[in-house]
Amino acid sequence: MSSSWPAATVAATSVLQVVLLVVGGPLLVGLMRKVRCRLEGRAGPPIHQPLLDLRKLARRERMRPEHATWVFSAAPLVLVGTTLVIAAVAPLLTTSPAFGQYGDLFAIVYLLLLGSVALALGALDTATAFGGMGASRAMTIGAVAEPALLLSVLALSIPAHSSDLPAIITGSLTHPIWLATPQRLLALVAFVIVIVAESGRLPVDNPSTHLELTMVHEAMILEYAGADLALVRLGESMRLALMICLLADLFVPWGIATAPGPAHVGLGLVAIVAKVAVLGAGLAAFEVTVARLRLFRVPELMAGAFVLAVLAVVSALVSP
Amino acid sequence: MSAALLAAAAMLGLLASGAGAVAPVKLRAVLTVILTVAACGCAGAAAVEVLSTGHTAVIETGSLMPLSRFALGLDALGALFTLVAASIGACAMVFRLGYAGHGLSSRTASSTLPLFVTTLLLVPAASNVTTFLYLWELMALTSLVLVLTDHRHRPEVQVAGQWYAVMTQLGAAAILIGLVLLATRAGSQSFTAIAERGPRLTPSVRDTVFLLTLGGFASKAGAVPLHVWLPRAHPEAPGPVSALMSAAMVNLGIYGIVRVGDGLLGGGPAWWWLLVMAVGALSALFGSLHSATSTDLKRLLAYSTTDNVGLMLLGVGASGLFAATGHRTLALVALAAALLHVAFHAVFKGSLFLSAGSVQQATGTRDLDSLGGLLRAMPVSAPIFIVGALAIAALPPLCGFVSEWLLLQAMLHGLPSSNTAIAIAMPVGVGALALTGGLTAATFVKAVGIGFLGRPRNEAVATAGDVPRSMATGAGVLATACLVLGVAPFLVLPAVLDAARTATGTTIADPLSRGWSLGLSGVHGALAPGLIAAGLTLAIGLVAGARRLAQVRALRHVEAWGCGREIQTARMQYTATSFAEPLIRVFDDVLQPVHDLDISHTAESRYYVESARFHTSLEDGFERHLYRPATSMLRWWGALTRRIPNGSVHRYLVFGFVALVLVLVVVA
Repeated sequence: MSSSWPAATVAATSVLQVVLLVVGGPLLVGLMRKVRCRLEGRAGPPIHQPLLDLRKLARRERMRPEHATWVFSAAPLVLVGTTLVIAAVAPLLTTSPAFGQYGDLFAIVYLLLLGSVALALGALDTATAFGGMGASRAMTIGAVAEPALLLSVLALSIPAHSSDLPAIITGSLTHPIWLATPQRLLALVAFVIVIVAESGRLPVDNPSTHLELTMVHEAMILEYAGADLALVRLGESMRLALMICLLADLFVPWGIATAPGPAHVGLGLVAIVAKVAVLGAGLAAFEVTVARLRLFRVPELMAGAFVLAVLAVVSALVSP
Repeated sequence: MSAALLAAAAMLGLLASGAGAVAPVKLRAVLTVILTVAACGCAGAAAVEVLSTGHTAVIETGSLMPLSRFALGLDALGALFTLVAASIGACAMVFRLGYAGHGLSSRTASSTLPLFVTTLLLVPAASNVTTFLYLWELMALTSLVLVLTDHRHRPEVQVAGQWYAVMTQLGAAAILIGLVLLATRAGSQSFTAIAERGPRLTPSVRDTVFLLTLGGFASKAGAVPLHVWLPRAHPEAPGPVSALMSAAMVNLGIYGIVRVGDGLLGGGPAWWWLLVMAVGALSALFGSLHSATSTDLKRLLAYSTTDNVGLMLLGVGASGLFAATGHRTLALVALAAALLHVAFHAVFKGSLFLSAGSVQQATGTRDLDSLGGLLRAMPVSAPIFIVGALAIAALPPLCGFVSEWLLLQAMLHGLPSSNTAIAIAMPVGVGALALTGGLTAATFVKAVGIGFLGRPRNEAVATAGDVPRSMATGAGVLATACLVLGVAPFLVLPAVLDAARTATGTTIADPLSRGWSLGLSGVHGALAPGLIAAGLTLAIGLVAGARRLAQVRALRHVEAWGCGREIQTARMQYTATSFAEPLIRVFDDVLQPVHDLDISHTAESRYYVESARFHTSLEDGFERHLYRPATSMLRWWGALTRRIPNGSVHRYLVFGFVALVLVLVVVA
């Protein structure tokens, strides 16, 4: 697909995607916090506050627990590195980013898993009780979320005969009816539940709690400081933004650039920013209305998502 | 040429075995290792030649065995398995040079080990029923002797040996009956002749043969519910032997199913393969669940072998199902994915079991709950284990990812299908694969994080040094292979495709795109493992550079903060048991853990606790609900029959008389 595009344009678009995610991820987190604060009747920090936080953290001293090894220091690099690779090859602004023909949905899922595994190993490396607790819980949630995720990917891939993300998106653009099929809607719900779980949002995990017994993700990153903490924060916000981008791509693909040229890419940029902002705000608004689930209720939620994904696959198979 | 190499491999193997029996103890290890590695080299070269030229290497001799000709014929399918066994065999033997524990240097063990490796090399080359059965039985017996190496010192080895002996002999008996039935009905015992006539036999014979051999081979492969011996025998065997069993021997179970099902019987009805897929899905789920909850490092690896065998069976079953419903190309791709997983599983499981052997030698334990911090204590062996763990968790850019991706693609492209069986089986397969994938990631985060990271949980672990260079080399070569094959799977893909073509008897030219990108021909989208690796290196390098630039002062090593806890001891870390606790709770309906809380109160008041004891155990469900009733019934039957021969001569005379009368009645 990318062969018909000028190489320089393709490379530039990929770089733009990476920059968009690096800047847009923290902004999305800022926006979600703002929405939440407003709904709770507070003014809240400015939307670009996470970026300011990152700048502040980046300059602070890096610290490493005395018993930890290079694994602890490498984990944030892997977390951000995997997300950057996905940002470069996934179709966010255009259906033909650099190496877009390798933007396979399964590969993206496993790259995200690599980031989660790195973070869990970094947490266990700290040799504290909290690190182990967070890693254990995060891996458990990840393990039960995985089937729902892969089955909804399968349901999305069946009409396009491919798990290739650009192929699925261009397919949905040429056959808009795919978007209204029951399998797409069922897969959508399953996908949203998985995104909430994987990105550690309410009701699965509360990103703003530091209550010892309830934290999952925060327990894993307790020991990070300075530039390492900045990378972890950046990584998690980029992953959240990336997953919402994928959601937007798969279920409301309109606006994404299908032809080269600054105008198309510009339109794609505006479209994706608008879609992600709306979806993010919606997610934040939803978070205000729910309480955090008990840890052992989470698998039930995931089982629900799994059932929806199975139904999506079944309806994809029975529909012509 | 390849026939000569194969003969040389057999000779060298026998020579190594002889050397192990007669050489003085100082020379024994070196001599057997050199000769066995040479045997592996010859067999590997023969296999490579067969795979590159496509000619079958044939050796036949009439005078070697009673009753039958000894016939070897290495075709592409066999060559792939021989090549895998040769690679693992060579690495395990190099590892064995430095491996001191478990009495492997005794006369019996040193002469048995080369023989075991040789049978692993030759079983895939056997080309008639008798040769196959002889080699198969020799493999079972030598591995049993090796499992029992340490039986004098540890009673659990004897139990493991008993389980293994019973299961492997029952399996061998099933295979024997199946293959003999097949040979008599086909009128010949040569594999080529059977393959011609096999598809024309009556369905009832074919079904019986398939079910019998499936049972036998699945028990060797460690598939559920015939897996019970595996998590006992593989951990109790000495390090290099466990690696050989888990990385090379279980493969031959898969080989047997493919050889008989696809090769000799020429494929079969859809229900055979649905059964194979069901066994595969069950094994994958059961194995991954138990390996996620195991706290013994080698037991964890053994259960994960069951899990990976399940994935291979999913591929084999999917392939048969596609073939039965007329999807020739997909059948080839699915079988290639399964065989690729066989090869890659051998590589990463070999490196994992060998480095687990290193850990056991260095620390004297394989209990994860008492390990910890090995990355500092064993700076060479620990990274080898970590690489293997990342590969088995199917993380890019290592090899496990490539084979699982291909397996997913094969199942995905079977859909949508007008065939109901496919439409049901494939999503179930993907679901099993996905849950297995998530559990495997959790398992190996646990194994690495608890065993190798953090702080050592006792003194022996803290002061453990790294192992001799030969051990690190043996395991390290395999770990390097995980990375190389993950980045460049095209190194083995043509060989795997040739093997799959030979097995399915198809000649479809290029079902997969070649080169750095891997994908199904005529389908959008592909995987470029090399590109992913390059991208990851670049991205991580960039981020590391940015972090370096932002850094004002050097990295400071501080006491862990731990939410302000003042004292942090090694015992406060999460253990493997606590790590797996949420998983046990989530899956308690399947795992059925047994908790036992024993609280004794002080005499003065029952509000004060004097002592509390908590015990939790997790048993294999199949062992409890299937095998234990079966063994107790056998024991009951044994007790019953033991009463009949009570030692009285009169009674025995009556038995003799009655038997004689019965014989006369029957004859008359």
